[in-house]
Amino acid sequence: MFAPGNNPGKLQNAGVYGADSVIFDLEDAVAITEKDAARHLVYNAIKSINYPCEVAVRINHIQTPFGRDDLRVVLPAKPDLIRLPKAESAEEIRMIDEIISQAELDNGFEPGSIKIGAAIETAIGLRQAYEIATASKRMTFLAIGGEDFVADLKTSRSKEGRELFVPRSELLLAARAAGIQAIDSVFSDVNDEEGFIEEALMIKGLGFDGKSVINPRQVRLVHKVFEPTEKEIAQAKRILAAYQEALDKKSGVIALDGKMIDGPIVTRAERVLAYAAALKR
Amino acid sequence: MGKLLQPGQAGTIESNDIIVTVAPAAEDGIVIELTSPVIKQYGNRIREVIADTLVSLGVTQAFVQANDKGALDCTIRARVQTAVARALQEGGI
Repeated sequence: MFAPGNNPGKLQNAGVYGADSVIFDLEDAVAITEKDAARHLVYNAIKSINYPCEVAVRINHIQTPFGRDDLRVVLPAKPDLIRLPKAESAEEIRMIDEIISQAELDNGFEPGSIKIGAAIETAIGLRQAYEIATASKRMTFLAIGGEDFVADLKTSRSKEGRELFVPRSELLLAARAAGIQAIDSVFSDVNDEEGFIEEALMIKGLGFDGKSVINPRQVRLVHKVFEPTEKEIAQAKRILAAYQEALDKKSGVIALDGKMIDGPIVTRAERVLAYAAALKR
Repeated sequence: MGKLLQPGQAGTIESNDIIVTVAPAAEDGIVIELTSPVIKQYGNRIREVIADTLVSLGVTQAFVQANDKGALDCTIRARVQTAVARALQEGGI
């Protein structure tokens, strides 16, 4: 869930809505004249407030005059993750990786403990998505920035998301090939719950791991969409039990209710239980 | 550092925020003029956080005006840091 970096009220309350990750935004949500103030505010908030979830900071692009200053000020507070907007090359990720490594050394943080995520928001970025995703061991996700992407495609955003079908699919393929997560774009109309749920169901169906949100009300909706049903959880447990039993018996073929269970089915069952466990937290 | 050369300001008048102006002072020491809806309960604490932050930045001579709207300590510290950084930049405020 994004929270504007120069708004003390939103920063101090960001942790109470149950989001898996809060993203303190130093980029689009902050006026150009307040970039310095937002950096100080985000640094002090991370240092002082005990957030019950992952804490990420969306920095300004590393090649703007603000990006490096953002990192210099916020890294000593030890955010869990740095999110780069408008990623277009592996080189940008390597630059950030290097700055983080130095900050970890200078501040006595565990090497590799601060992660990176990158948002792909242009056609050029999408062409480099796999290289971006594999540019650093710190990379944990690729996200798609829908609004900017649609502008770059010279079209507008439809309710069905036809114009983003290929970009979303390509981004997902790049993330999966790299073995990292794929996170979907924000849905801007906070009053359209039905539209939000439709989009969340669609991106879940494509294989995305989650969705960025801009409003606390949308956190509950994403969780509702991604939360496995009781029936799915029970079935996943049965599959894993049958699998374990077969392993114990050293049996090659595993069947449950007359259906063969193989690797992908076991993986899916594990994923269902992992989601259920994550949402219980 | 010790002395500021020009005024610097940071913060807003939104709730949970504080607007801080730091300016050069004629005499040694830190003078704080504070307005806050919680001045009776937290006035001393707010002054202490402002003064401690200034000292940690090496500022020992300043006139500070602060209009608090219920800011947490971390917000007060951030706004003082930004105000001082701006007071040290060319042009100030």
